[in-house]
Amino acid sequence: MTARRCAAQWLGRVPYAEGLELQQRLVRALSEGAGSEQLLLLEHPHVITLGRNAKPGHVLAGEALRQARGVALYPTGRGGDVTYHGPGQLVGYPILDLAPDRCDVRRYVRDLEEVLIRTAADFGVSACREEGLTGVWVGGQKLAAIGVRIARWITSHGFAFNVSTDLSYFNLIVPCGIADHGVTSLEKLTGQTVDTRAVAESAARHMGDVLGREMSGIEASAPREAVA
Amino acid sequence: MAVDVIMPQMGESIAEGTVTKWLKKIGDAVKRDEPLFEISTDKVDAEIPAPAAGVLAEILVPEGKTVEINTVVARIAAEGTAVASAPAASGASKPAAAPAAAPSPARTAAPARAAGPAPAPSGPAPAAPAAVSGGTLSREDLRRTRSSPVVRKIAAEHGVDIAAIQGTGISGRVTRRDIEAYVGGGRGAAAVAAQAPAVAAAAAAGSVTAAPAKPASSPAPLVFKPGEAVTVVPMTAIRKKIADHMVASKRTSAHVHTYFEIDLSGVAGLRDRHKKAFEASEGIKLTYLPFIAKAAIEAMRKFPIINSTVDGDNIVYKKEVNLGIAVALDWGLIVPVIKKADEKNLIGLARAIADLGERARTKKLVPDDVTGGTFTITNPGGFGGIVGTPIINQPQVAILGVGVVEKRPVVIDDMIAIRTMCTMVLGFDHRTIDGADADRYMALVKDLLQKANFSELGG
Repeated sequence: MTARRCAAQWLGRVPYAEGLELQQRLVRALSEGAGSEQLLLLEHPHVITLGRNAKPGHVLAGEALRQARGVALYPTGRGGDVTYHGPGQLVGYPILDLAPDRCDVRRYVRDLEEVLIRTAADFGVSACREEGLTGVWVGGQKLAAIGVRIARWITSHGFAFNVSTDLSYFNLIVPCGIADHGVTSLEKLTGQTVDTRAVAESAARHMGDVLGREMSGIEASAPREAVA
Repeated sequence: MAVDVIMPQMGESIAEGTVTKWLKKIGDAVKRDEPLFEISTDKVDAEIPAPAAGVLAEILVPEGKTVEINTVVARIAAEGTAVASAPAASGASKPAAAPAAAPSPARTAAPARAAGPAPAPSGPAPAAPAAVSGGTLSREDLRRTRSSPVVRKIAAEHGVDIAAIQGTGISGRVTRRDIEAYVGGGRGAAAVAAQAPAVAAAAAAGSVTAAPAKPASSPAPLVFKPGEAVTVVPMTAIRKKIADHMVASKRTSAHVHTYFEIDLSGVAGLRDRHKKAFEASEGIKLTYLPFIAKAAIEAMRKFPIINSTVDGDNIVYKKEVNLGIAVALDWGLIVPVIKKADEKNLIGLARAIADLGERARTKKLVPDDVTGGTFTITNPGGFGGIVGTPIINQPQVAILGVGVVEKRPVVIDDMIAIRTMCTMVLGFDHRTIDGADADRYMALVKDLLQKANFSELGG
């Protein structure tokens, strides 16, 4: 049996709302049998996204500070909590159909973690899982976050991997003092400048291996900078 | 003919899921495979399609509630069977009136009474505006007059006051059959009789969390008067849980509280000396709480009854201290538990407290984080309160309340001194703990804190 094809695309910097809309379009197309599996790789401009249950009070920064730092606030209507995305953070949105052979959300999340652990290893960082938590961790600090949505076994959302993220932005949402303890980035861990696009290519390759997909497109597609 | 909607198993070894959002309301028509509700399972959000077409007749699991897989969360009735008026839609009314009529009778009954917080009453049913005129009608009147457009049309045609008719529908609503029987003098009386048990059965089946819809003849007593300026907000799942838990504890334990004034000047000094270095090395703030937790645990070694529970006529002494720390959240209160807290040193406790607090606030606690507690510390001083009278977290037998830490004038050797003071309270269960033991325990906690001999800090 030949592996399913999955097209990876590097989209450059995409506003959050636009990324969301693109995902919704691709999910719809795939569920109607008209689309194909895709891996969207991109970064967002500074944005704090609020899950449905998150109250604005969970954003620690005041309105003024948030705006002063140029961070948008975006309520997503999904479950879950407050997250931050921004430049230097590789965001991956795999739009995959897990049916018929991978209908297991826990396995899918583990697979994504595996992809990210292998990606980190490509850059000399040994990351791991933390019992009871999602995401990928290095020494108790979160390197990559995972947040997945599944509708009829078609996946959306995905992962956010801190490549050269300015970690101080997490202070806007995480209780003070714990922030520096809680998150880390590839650049901080390696002490070297890492290109987000290079990490994206590595992640796409491992995605193919771990999820059993034949990946295409990542090298070929032209960078699409500043979509907005 | 109703189709059960179940909590699906979204993966091997996944045992439960949480309903996060109902995408349809009771009474809504649903198509097969149309998104019906959203769940969160194993930290993944998933959208679940309807297993069959029909009308969403019952929601058995409200938003926010976690249930085991294969639990029936809702029922979909074949179109028409949910509502008495639907199948009989005569030539006089358009066929389209039938589904449109369905929402209104079902809506007051199930969401408000059975499903709790589930579908927030999101605006009146499309049919209802005529009947809803602010809060001026009594609840009973609303039930009676909030009937389907078909019923109101018939009533208008015959000049009948709907409120005068004995309704057999949900919550005493007047169904099409009722009004036809009333108007036509007996026409449809048999149908009324046949209808009643079906309604009762449907209502009983819906009673997972609360009482089933009661007939209109025994309405719940009104806690506010019709027309009173109020806003009604259904309790969230966590609110209901807290409410039940608190009342159950007051019913179970013979609560007694003992208060101790404790001089934390020594601890404050230690904290000041190590604060900076600690924050630099651990990445977290050094608060008073780890010191207090350490002292509370130490003192239990001498008074193990504090870390016990009651099992019928037996007292069960717990060998491990699983320390619960009450965390106030914007949306409620949660008590994450530090497992085997007695094996941790001060720094370990500080780390665990910071970790659990952060995960509570960011909703990253897993079920295991909030179960198995054997003793709890709560912080009624968080907003400046001198101290409080905490309710025991069942099935534990004691809870330590920590008041505000502040400088107060105290008398030492007949002189007035300024010391960093804290009032602490032990709430204990007098069924098994006598006052003398509780006081001796607290005296030891006080002594440990005042000596402030926490060697790990080199203090």
